[in-house]
Amino acid sequence: MSRELLELSAAEAARRVRAGDLSASELFEFWRGRAEGDETGSYLWVADAPGDEPESGPLGGVPVAVKDLFCVEGVPSAAGSRILEGYRPPYTATAVSRLREAGAPVLGKTNQDEFAMGSSTENSGFGPVRNPWDPERVPGGSSGGSAAAVAAGTAPWSIGTDTGGSIRQPASLCGIVGLKPTYGAVSRNGMIAFASSLDQCGPFGRTVEDVALLASVLVGRDPCDSTSLDHPEGIALPSAERLDGVRLGVWGLGEEGLEPGVAEQVRRALGLAEELGASTEEIALPHAGHAISAYYVIAPAEASANLARYDGVRYGKRTEADELLDMYELTRHDHFGEEVRRRIMIGTYALSSGYYEAYYGTAQKVRTRIVEDFRAAFENVDLVVTPTSPTVAFKLGERTSDPLAMYLSDYYTTPMSLAGIPAVSIPCGLSEGLPVGLQVVGPAFAESRILDAAHALERAIGFEGVPRT
Amino acid sequence: MTEVRAYEPVIGIEIHVQLRTRTKMFCSCENRFGAEPNTLTCPVCLAHPGTLPVTNAEAVHLALMIGMAFGCEVPERSIFHRKNYFYPDSPKGYQISQYDHPLAVRGRLGDVRIHRVHMEEDAAKLVHAGSSGRIHGAERSVVDFNRAGTPLVEIVTEPDLRSAAQAAEFGRLLQATLRRMGVSDVNMEEGSLRMDANVSIRPAGEATLGTKTELKNMNSFRFLERGITAEIERQEAILHADGQIEQETLHFDPRSGSLTSLRSKEEAHDYRYFPEPDLVPIAPTPEMLERARSALPELPAERAERFERDLGVPAAAARMLAFRAELGDLLEAALAADGADARALANWVTNEVAARIGDSDPGDTRLEPAALAALVGMVEAGDVPRSAAKDVLGVLVDEGGDPREIVASRGLGAAGSDELAEIVDRAIAGNADAVEKIRAGNDKAIGAVVGAVMREAKGRADGGEVQRMIRERIGS
Repeated sequence: MSRELLELSAAEAARRVRAGDLSASELFEFWRGRAEGDETGSYLWVADAPGDEPESGPLGGVPVAVKDLFCVEGVPSAAGSRILEGYRPPYTATAVSRLREAGAPVLGKTNQDEFAMGSSTENSGFGPVRNPWDPERVPGGSSGGSAAAVAAGTAPWSIGTDTGGSIRQPASLCGIVGLKPTYGAVSRNGMIAFASSLDQCGPFGRTVEDVALLASVLVGRDPCDSTSLDHPEGIALPSAERLDGVRLGVWGLGEEGLEPGVAEQVRRALGLAEELGASTEEIALPHAGHAISAYYVIAPAEASANLARYDGVRYGKRTEADELLDMYELTRHDHFGEEVRRRIMIGTYALSSGYYEAYYGTAQKVRTRIVEDFRAAFENVDLVVTPTSPTVAFKLGERTSDPLAMYLSDYYTTPMSLAGIPAVSIPCGLSEGLPVGLQVVGPAFAESRILDAAHALERAIGFEGVPRT
Repeated sequence: MTEVRAYEPVIGIEIHVQLRTRTKMFCSCENRFGAEPNTLTCPVCLAHPGTLPVTNAEAVHLALMIGMAFGCEVPERSIFHRKNYFYPDSPKGYQISQYDHPLAVRGRLGDVRIHRVHMEEDAAKLVHAGSSGRIHGAERSVVDFNRAGTPLVEIVTEPDLRSAAQAAEFGRLLQATLRRMGVSDVNMEEGSLRMDANVSIRPAGEATLGTKTELKNMNSFRFLERGITAEIERQEAILHADGQIEQETLHFDPRSGSLTSLRSKEEAHDYRYFPEPDLVPIAPTPEMLERARSALPELPAERAERFERDLGVPAAAARMLAFRAELGDLLEAALAADGADARALANWVTNEVAARIGDSDPGDTRLEPAALAALVGMVEAGDVPRSAAKDVLGVLVDEGGDPREIVASRGLGAAGSDELAEIVDRAIAGNADAVEKIRAGNDKAIGAVVGAVMREAKGRADGGEVQRMIRERIGS
């Protein structure tokens, strides 16, 4: 029985619960046991019991693991940061409420890089997450816990957030599917902010269908988030088996930092796409190569303001001092991690009088150019495909002393973040025994189209997940 | 010998107005003054992790009304910025404000040009326990977040004011205007209206501006005037001694009359403004603009002009009637009762009624506009002497009633002309000495005769009329 539950896709489990063939409470207990037995460091908290989620909902009682930075009323929600250790929010994030209303109980809170700042989950204040494919390697980040839990089979599916690649890159490194929706498609209310103009909630799953099902209930305008929008078409469950007539624009395969093994697997997937009827052509995104630079100005700038509220005055940790300024400085020094402090410094500098135009202003101009690059590209192709990460999962500690090398993990994912457009990463093969991700990108609100293409490719690729025990 | 030069003050005003909305600027907490501390709060205005601001549409409407009242241009889009600073009154560590794209620009109120009108949120309120009253050295500081997120409009004038008195007068016009619009309580003591002044001086006749200083948070018009006066004197003294004005922010202590520096230019904050990514731009639609325009009542400046132009009310009285809208309302209601001449009524409202009721609203007394009109009509017709009419007004304010009945029942009506003539004749006969002096050219002596008449008439006679009758009879 348990073997069977482990092999079921989440969407199939939901169908069986709704049909009355599977007990939602047994399903919850099964996954709770799996989460409790997690050995990857994916979980920071595991729920005791489901709430009153309706089994008849589209998510049919299948529990969902939630990245720590989603506020859940009364449940520890620290965004992976010591400064919020023990903080229990007085309210619940809209994304989590929507999942629960659709029938998915919260299974647990997953580990992440502190305030989503990182590409390896080594920046968590509560210890690193290990890649289920190789415990010596990172799962990617920042949503490393949500990705590793699904890959390791300690969660049927999960949600994370993507600011510059924080869903797609860990999905790639863990060999699962991860979707970053269009900016504004999912409410950010209750998502502990990193960079407000980039942060976006999205799902992880073992199949494209699972991810599409979660996404379909996540999207929609929320009166509590002024930047959220109604999804014009909604998200349909994918059904495509062919790619006839689909024009794929390929970007980034000639880049220097791209591992040959990764390039090879991506090329193989492109060959399969052609067999399914797609055409492929290389395209230029002239400014996308500058995305990393722009991203690492804009995101820290916004973060420097978003993290100002952690001042020891109202909630969270405080280091006592006699004078106000000392209290601020000691609290923020003692309880923020090194990478968070680094980005606050970078962002504060970039916004400072006399530097604003040179840094923040220039970065915003680059951002506009990248938006225009994609707009031009989508006049000639239907979708853009790229590697998700230039490398497979790297070793723990390998890049922690070299922030720039770490930042380059986001080379293929930051352009879409800056452009606010949807992108999904699917596993497309192994290199050195580790998963490689293929990124499929579409124009704003084209989630259904990229998921359909991903679905057709998924079948052709036939990727087998990490061997589960 | 030192040359003493004449300096011209150049003053601009910045005004913060708390809007009278149902809820706060970016959350649904009630917007109310005077509640128990920290009872009007929620995760948003306490800046809990993950919370997002949502712009209050009613606040935008009231702010647009303010922009329109000044005849401002309203740009197609205005945007919010984050103004970053660390302080316990700032729960997010930044204030959501407007920076280089304000809601409304280039307007005018009276003689003063309005530079801009923008929206922002108020900070929380700090209370420092201890002798200093400031956070430094306080034994304990506590924060009341009820005020955090209260909708504010900041109004910035051009440096068009040339004296402290003019600045205070502008402040009063602004207060009257906003009060008339109903957009704010404009209560300086409660902080719903707060004023800062930018002050500089320059040699009379020169066009370039001197270095300015900023006077913070004057909480009455009197203090505003005294503070600016003190600052002008301070700057003049520095320039006369060949010194240099430092750009700084000053606090005026109305008790000691002294100015203390809060911070110098070197200590000025770098607020690191950047566009607020959690909010979308405000793009007023034609419907929003029309709704704001049509919600505007007749404003005090227009009303004063109308009183002066259409009713012939003298300028000072017209301004008083317009600034204190309740007095203007009384005048207009009394005029509608059609009992007296407009100028005479305006004179009575601004002098006798205002003196009698002080700062209170005539609507809160027993005085009926029609009764006032009738009373003033009787005075004009000579049916009741002015001095007696003031007593009648007192009765109308305290008890109400019909002025004719009050005059009749208390025997306050003017003496009839035959009766008065007899009294005058008796007074002339009984004051022969005085009459002799008047005839000899000592005009002051008439006072004794008038006094005698008034005594006998018990106030039911008009002094001027009595004088006229005496002179007629003795041929002086």
